[in-house]
Amino acid sequence: MKVKVISRNPDDYLRETKHDIHKVPRNYDPGLHPFEAAREYTRALNAVKLEKVFAKPFVGNLDGHRDGVSCISNHPKRLSVLISGAYDGEVRVWDLPQKLCLRSFVAHEGVVRGVIYNPAGNHFLTLGDDKTIKTWKTAAPQFGEEEEPVNTVISKTVLTGISHHVKDPVFATCGEICQVWEETRNEPVRTFEWGVDSLHDIAFNPVEPNLLASCASDRSIILYDTRDSGPLRKVVLKLRTNKICWNPMEAFIFTAANEDYNLYTFDTRNLKKPANVHMDHIGAVTYVDYAPTGREFVSGSYDKTIRIFETSKGHSREVYHTKRMQRITCVQWSLDNKYILNGSDEMNIRIWKARASEKLGPLKPREKAALNYSEALKEKYAAHPKIRRIARHRHVPKHVYNAQKELRTIRDKGKRKDANRRAHSKPGEVPHQPEREKHVLKEDQ
Amino acid sequence: MGKVQRYFNKTEDISPSSKTSPSKDTIVYNIKPKLKPWGRRQSDKVINKKKKVVKLPNPNPKFKGKVPIPKKRLKKYARGEGINKTGIKTKIHQKKFEKKEKVIKFAAQQAARAEVLLIEEEGFLEADAGETTTQFTQKQIRENVDITAASKCFDLRLEDFGPYRMKYTRNGRHMLLGGKRGHVAAFDWVTKKLHCEINMMESVHDVCWLHLETMFAAAQKEWVYMYDNQGIELHCIKKLHRVTRMEFLPYHFLLAACSDMGYLSWLDISIGQMVSQFNSRLGRLTMLTQNPWNAVLCVGHVKGVVSMWSPNSKDPLAKMLCHKAPLTALHVDPRGQYLATAASNRELKIWDVRKLEGPVQEYKLITAANNLNFSQKNMLALGMGNVVEVYRDCCTTATKRPYLRHRFTTSIGNLNFCPYEDVLGVATAKSVTSLLVPGSGEPNFDALEANPFQTKSQRKEAEVKSLLEKIQPELITLEPNVIAEVDIPTLKDKIDAKQKLLHVKPPKINYTPRNKAKGKGGSAKIAKNKKIVQEQAKKEFVKSTKDFIPKLNIQKEQQKESGVLDRFLPKKRKT
Repeated sequence: MKVKVISRNPDDYLRETKHDIHKVPRNYDPGLHPFEAAREYTRALNAVKLEKVFAKPFVGNLDGHRDGVSCISNHPKRLSVLISGAYDGEVRVWDLPQKLCLRSFVAHEGVVRGVIYNPAGNHFLTLGDDKTIKTWKTAAPQFGEEEEPVNTVISKTVLTGISHHVKDPVFATCGEICQVWEETRNEPVRTFEWGVDSLHDIAFNPVEPNLLASCASDRSIILYDTRDSGPLRKVVLKLRTNKICWNPMEAFIFTAANEDYNLYTFDTRNLKKPANVHMDHIGAVTYVDYAPTGREFVSGSYDKTIRIFETSKGHSREVYHTKRMQRITCVQWSLDNKYILNGSDEMNIRIWKARASEKLGPLKPREKAALNYSEALKEKYAAHPKIRRIARHRHVPKHVYNAQKELRTIRDKGKRKDANRRAHSKPGEVPHQPEREKHVLKEDQ
Repeated sequence: MGKVQRYFNKTEDISPSSKTSPSKDTIVYNIKPKLKPWGRRQSDKVINKKKKVVKLPNPNPKFKGKVPIPKKRLKKYARGEGINKTGIKTKIHQKKFEKKEKVIKFAAQQAARAEVLLIEEEGFLEADAGETTTQFTQKQIRENVDITAASKCFDLRLEDFGPYRMKYTRNGRHMLLGGKRGHVAAFDWVTKKLHCEINMMESVHDVCWLHLETMFAAAQKEWVYMYDNQGIELHCIKKLHRVTRMEFLPYHFLLAACSDMGYLSWLDISIGQMVSQFNSRLGRLTMLTQNPWNAVLCVGHVKGVVSMWSPNSKDPLAKMLCHKAPLTALHVDPRGQYLATAASNRELKIWDVRKLEGPVQEYKLITAANNLNFSQKNMLALGMGNVVEVYRDCCTTATKRPYLRHRFTTSIGNLNFCPYEDVLGVATAKSVTSLLVPGSGEPNFDALEANPFQTKSQRKEAEVKSLLEKIQPELITLEPNVIAEVDIPTLKDKIDAKQKLLHVKPPKINYTPRNKAKGKGGSAKIAKNKKIVQEQAKKEFVKSTKDFIPKLNIQKEQQKESGVLDRFLPKKRKT
């Protein structure tokens, strides 16, 4: 007879020394792993709860300005440098990891309206309420030297915003009219005018560098071409737009932060209706900035909160607020996609994590694998009510909570009224109007 | 011998007009195609999506690429068919799901390929020509096997303390035995190291390991006691009164017990709460087993009925009439596919427990089987009085003779196959024996589920991880994977909900009104306001249910059919 009985050699299953790792033989037969779905569900629940436990987004703040911060700008090549301008004309250069101020000087008499680096990163330009554009060196002045601008340009009109070309030494300013300047000249190279209204903000397209967008005080957004064509198109919304930001990954998409508490993502190929309407703020949205991946953007608003939206979704995925943070004037997403910096009315610049429960610092491979697994679980079971409830839950200050309730009742009332009208009139008389079509008034060529 | 004429040196006139002179028959049409702007042309819209597959020549023709996976093996690792793509409306979502399906398919293939890495192989016992496996005795098997395997076959003579019951831990490393007269011992049966041996001084009806080899429970005369593996009493659970049989559900951390009075209880040992305890109204319960695939308790009854219970409902989830005679034993196989039941009329039936159908196989035995146990490789062990018979493949085919047989001197109390080993543990009235059954255990274990070679630190980590993954008892149903499916309420549920609406009464609002300041209050005003609020609530309720009620009335009217013999129908009394 032939017999064989299972007999295992313990040496194959036990580690040799205590400095080795344990041996873990695996068998993926599904019969040995019962309750797959229920165990995965339990793990997903744990993952979502842990995400909330580790959600500590506030990293630090930069203290030092003596008046509200009006504008901030990232260095295009270095992650640790930040420049900020204040309402009293002071400009400060910060070192982010140490949260120290490297340089501070008074740049303008009056508010500093805009601060921007040139693409190489060796100069920066500041725009002030005293109608001047000053160019400064990024390198700190030597001991004994004073802070002096390399170049000062005095403009004839009031200036409110500045934007630099992606590669060329060209920048554009807006104020009463849109002007395109070159770094070496003291006179604007080109001026664009359309209508008699003043412009609040201007932005160069980072992918298609000849395209400019600006927002005017007649509640419109105007697109310009810096080549011979000039102003191209204008789209008029219901309320004024405060800021525009182009998507760094897709050449034809830009997002506008509007006074009517919404943000509108437009596709330049079809300006008749926005590609997406982002609703969640309860106050006028004052600033917008895109993440370097082009998939998310951050918006700061008058209601003292910062919200992070995904470009494809209509509602925010995250909200940041602090009792001490008052009206937000500017927000920036750092170029390594990890941090969000914002300047506010109360003289502080705050640093937040872009993903609230992310672990900063290097991750061991096992940690990374475990975190990836948790992410995949959260995505798979996202629709389950218990998990969705935990993932969606955010604490929000009382004034925001009450305002959200109020806005909800206002919108419900509008919907109910429409539904009643539709129910009591001839079918087809009151058509359904999609949300995206409700916000644009007209489009001009 | 001049130079060769190159084509570019030809001085011929190659203008088209001189070449072809149109003959009189041909008609020349001069067409100027209008070039539409790019993007509008038909050719620009059609994007050639077929990737140009460039097949590189095989550098080593002996190896023809990846080994194809046998379909049966792939089916074992595949988790069912994919979704029906015709239901998805948008193209973007269709593409997203296609990508997901690809990943799932790849994962199944990789798992199937990983079988090559399994080191151990199944045991076997082959008889030569002219012999059958049934005739081999344990002694013969022991002589023909290596020394470590031979040491797994042993016999403990315990004559004084009554008929014994025994259990193995989940990793098959430790054994627990309990005698009726109170003798309880826990030891590692591979190294023969004793953990503890005590006498309870009262009758012990059943013993059960808890989640690790550090804790066990003993159902004693009145209540259930929990002990440490050193024999220290940890708990006395007075809520579990006169328990006859106990089962431990490892993934839910529930100790399930059935009692003399017919009570079924589930105790969560991680938090110490009784999850559910109720009377099953079936009388005295003595046959209990768990279905390891869905954690449902199967209880056998004197009436020949097997009922399945979960802690979520006071009524059984399912009832099966298995035999016409009282049941004597039942067991479910570890994969939750087959249920074996034995009755006192010497029948043995195998049922398909997933479809609740059957019987898949029926057998007639010599005497009634008092004990049944399935092994990991679907071998069935029967305990009939003094004799143990092990059948192989009895579920799928009708076997005629047993695989192995063994006779004891006294009657058998309990039978258990050891997980991950080719061993059958038998507890009789006067001994506890370990028999070799080649081919009954799963040779390759998964260390993250159950590890027979677990060290102390591994045990601690595994305990914490398994506690974190503890499944809530609400998820115990007949279908374990229902949580991952979309919850579509059945049509029946929707109709029931609508019917219920008819009987729902409008909400009655009763409140004590506020005491208002001098000008605003007054009892008359308060009463008036209260009435207004109540009537408003009633109006709103009526409005919201107005839509449903008339539809149901229409259905009722349509059912009335007039016939000639209507006058003879019993008249409906007006209530």
